[in-house]
Amino acid sequence: MSVNLLEINNLSVAYQGVEALRKISLNIDRGDYVGLAGANGSGKTTMVKALLGLVPFAGTITYQSRSLREFVASEHIGYLPQKMSFLDQRFPATAKEVVVSGVYCCKKFPKFLNRNDHEAAEQAMELLGVVDLADRMIGRLSGGQQQRVLLARALVHKPQFLILDEPTEGLDPQSRTTLYQTVERLNKENGVTILLVSHDIGAIGKYTSKMIYLDRELVFYGTFEEFCNSSEMTNYFGAGQHFVCHRH
Amino acid sequence: MAEIIAQIQEASQYAFVQRAIIAGCFMALGCSFLGVFLVLRKFSLIGDGLAHVSFATVAIALLLNAQPIVVSIPLVALASLAILHLNQRARIHGDAAIGLVSSFGIAVGVIIASTAGGFNVDLFSYLFGNILSVSSLEVWLTVGITLLVVAITTVFYHDLFSIAFDEDYAQVMGIKVNAINHVLVVLASLIVVLGIKIVGTMLVSSLIILPAISALQIMRSFKATIALAGLFAVVSVIVGIYLSYVLNYPSGATIVLVNFGFFMGSFLLDRMIRF
Repeated sequence: MSVNLLEINNLSVAYQGVEALRKISLNIDRGDYVGLAGANGSGKTTMVKALLGLVPFAGTITYQSRSLREFVASEHIGYLPQKMSFLDQRFPATAKEVVVSGVYCCKKFPKFLNRNDHEAAEQAMELLGVVDLADRMIGRLSGGQQQRVLLARALVHKPQFLILDEPTEGLDPQSRTTLYQTVERLNKENGVTILLVSHDIGAIGKYTSKMIYLDRELVFYGTFEEFCNSSEMTNYFGAGQHFVCHRH
Repeated sequence: MAEIIAQIQEASQYAFVQRAIIAGCFMALGCSFLGVFLVLRKFSLIGDGLAHVSFATVAIALLLNAQPIVVSIPLVALASLAILHLNQRARIHGDAAIGLVSSFGIAVGVIIASTAGGFNVDLFSYLFGNILSVSSLEVWLTVGITLLVVAITTVFYHDLFSIAFDEDYAQVMGIKVNAINHVLVVLASLIVVLGIKIVGTMLVSSLIILPAISALQIMRSFKATIALAGLFAVVSVIVGIYLSYVLNYPSGATIVLVNFGFFMGSFLLDRMIRF
């Protein structure tokens, strides 16, 4: 039986009077691997920011009937932000310092790190294959390496819900495949619920089990079988629907 | 050389030099600790802005015949919160918010000085500071405030790191970003008020910025950057005070020039390591 993890009701977000998202309502179940797709400016990142409480919104967002703050306090959310938009290349931090910072959420005051925290960081780095980068400065790593370090940070506190905002942006094909496989493993083997934001519908079709398609409002939400059999979507996407469904 | 050493030994025996070194070292340590966070948050000029507000608050204190430090601490703390709120609420970027409050401070100070008259000499001495004239009270206040800065940055080190690296992520993790930002700017205001006595309104922000950016040139980890910034700052003060005594230069400006020397050294070392 599926258990509801995230419930969104009538979510609307406006920036300076311009509506970026309009009346979105949907549920995500525990263990789901959901792809969030849409063209540039369709509101994907805005939706993620609303889910994470980073922008003001109208409507309700609850995590197992609890607010984000209550949920984060007990169950933890992992978040991989959109490619390095924030990263100062001269920031003086090693990859390990960045990864271990992921546990700060779950520490009580005063937050001092113990051996378990360092072991958790090492495990997350091993999982992402970045152990050999531990002492390198984050700004001196390649885009793919930085992305894997940030994903290790998102995983270090073993989150139940992982949000990835355009995680493969700027990565080479090999790094992209590795990242998708790692995320798939987390979902299948560890039962982590995933929300993967991408404008690459082909990748979403290949790796995720459900898809949300946004165009400031909810165009589609369901499984791929439903998407592929929907005549409404055939009208909306035209040849694109065939591309996704046959996973070329 | 022997003569210089003799002069340094002679200087060390004076109580005013001892007070200057204690106050200066603690001040430098506090400024450099805060400086690393402020520079990385792109709030490095907040020291400059608050120092200009201090100029106005000293003018107000002299007008009211009150202790400048007593009047300045609450008013400059309020100004620091105003900068933060302008930045967050009024859609004004951090640098513009600092510029706004800073120019307001200078304007108020100049108007009070020109209309009241009579204390211009006292007021203008705050522009350039005089570390060799710090009182015992100022030494104790500086030690107290610096210990507070070190305690807070140690206890909240991980939160401050997260906010400096990625503020959105810190917020998602449940870190009280807004409260910590408030604490950071209020601490900056306290240290600036005490710092203007040492290097003056014109140069106090250099104590915040220079050790931090010097350490940032060569260090690769966060803890090491804070430690090296602290070391640069303390050594700058000690070398600066003795150098100013030997060469008969103004002490505040000499401290800043030694700091600048550390920056140039770090900058060149970084370039040499890279090539």
